[in-house]
Amino acid sequence: MAATRTLARLATRRIAARPASVFTRSFASVSDTHARDPLSKAAEKIDPKVITKPIPESQTSTIKEPEPGKDAKIKTFHIYRWNPDEPSSKPKMQTYTLDLNKTGPMMLDALIRIKNEVDPTLTFRRSCREGICGSCAMNIDGVNTLACLCRIPTETTKESRIYPLPHMYVVKDLVPDMTNFYKQYRSVKPYLQRETASPDGREFRQSKEDRRKLDGLYECILCACCSTSCPSYWWNQEEYLGPAVLLQSYRWIADSRDEKKPERLDALNNSMSLYRCHTILNCSRTCPKGLNPALAIAEIKKSMAFT
Amino acid sequence: MARSGLQRDVLALYRQCMKAVQQKPIENRDNFRSFARSEFRHHLAVSKKDFGTIEYLIRKGRRQLEIYEDPGIRNISNK
Repeated sequence: MAATRTLARLATRRIAARPASVFTRSFASVSDTHARDPLSKAAEKIDPKVITKPIPESQTSTIKEPEPGKDAKIKTFHIYRWNPDEPSSKPKMQTYTLDLNKTGPMMLDALIRIKNEVDPTLTFRRSCREGICGSCAMNIDGVNTLACLCRIPTETTKESRIYPLPHMYVVKDLVPDMTNFYKQYRSVKPYLQRETASPDGREFRQSKEDRRKLDGLYECILCACCSTSCPSYWWNQEEYLGPAVLLQSYRWIADSRDEKKPERLDALNNSMSLYRCHTILNCSRTCPKGLNPALAIAEIKKSMAFT
Repeated sequence: MARSGLQRDVLALYRQCMKAVQQKPIENRDNFRSFARSEFRHHLAVSKKDFGTIEYLIRKGRRQLEIYEDPGIRNISNK
């Protein structure tokens, strides 16, 4: 079986190495070696409109606050909408206006109010509304953050724009497809690995110093804000693990009770998994929990270099 | 006929579906087969040049295949 697989891989390599044809087009799926083959005549004329941004709010309708009060503070929200039930429809920006006096202070309150009172078709994930579950991660005014931790800017002249996490497949409206992210998380084996039993048959205990090493790591809620803000992760989502997963990986590497540190480091020791981090530091900048994934990645690199 | 990568992806997915049908109990294979075919047939009208949509549908199809491949699923309603 293994032999046939190697043969198959060699075969595809040879196909890929064929001299490039005149007509090449970049596809979203990079792993597909046939993507660069010449296209049939019919498909050659690419409609430039296909690869554009969502339909801007200027071309869509505005849904207004149901009953504005006397001195209403009307704020405008532009929200990314896309409905998978009509797959050939293009994503669009929908405008909503809300009276801030009747809305809670956070972006999530605004979204929930829109869903409850204005437009029940708006879709987003939310759960704890206090920044501990990481469900409501989205891109608000150009920054990846948790909607429940992001205050609505009170000046009503500025309009807020809400998008799903960038460079993730969209399931619907503001809901991104996190399958690949969770698959990567599973690949770092985020659990305690030990062969030996604890000396007294009770819990695996650690000193206060050892415990302190995990501060700033265990608080991560896996909201994927950092990973999706990383340009390196955008371009190599399949192979590069991304800051969130590497932070979690380091959480187990740094754990004094874990006995598989060499294996964990070994798994990361290739050009893609870890070393696609070019210290852009978008991750530390955007983390809604104030953690520092870039530091954790630097620590992993350091422990690789000195062992 | 020269096929684009996308066309090949669609055909490969169809082939995978037909192969997955063979793993199902023999009396229900027809149900699975016609279900898979109807899922493809639904989107016959999608334009050839609408790459975004086709890529989305392929992703969705792969996800569905992954779910329905489970040996625990032994029959499927045939609309």
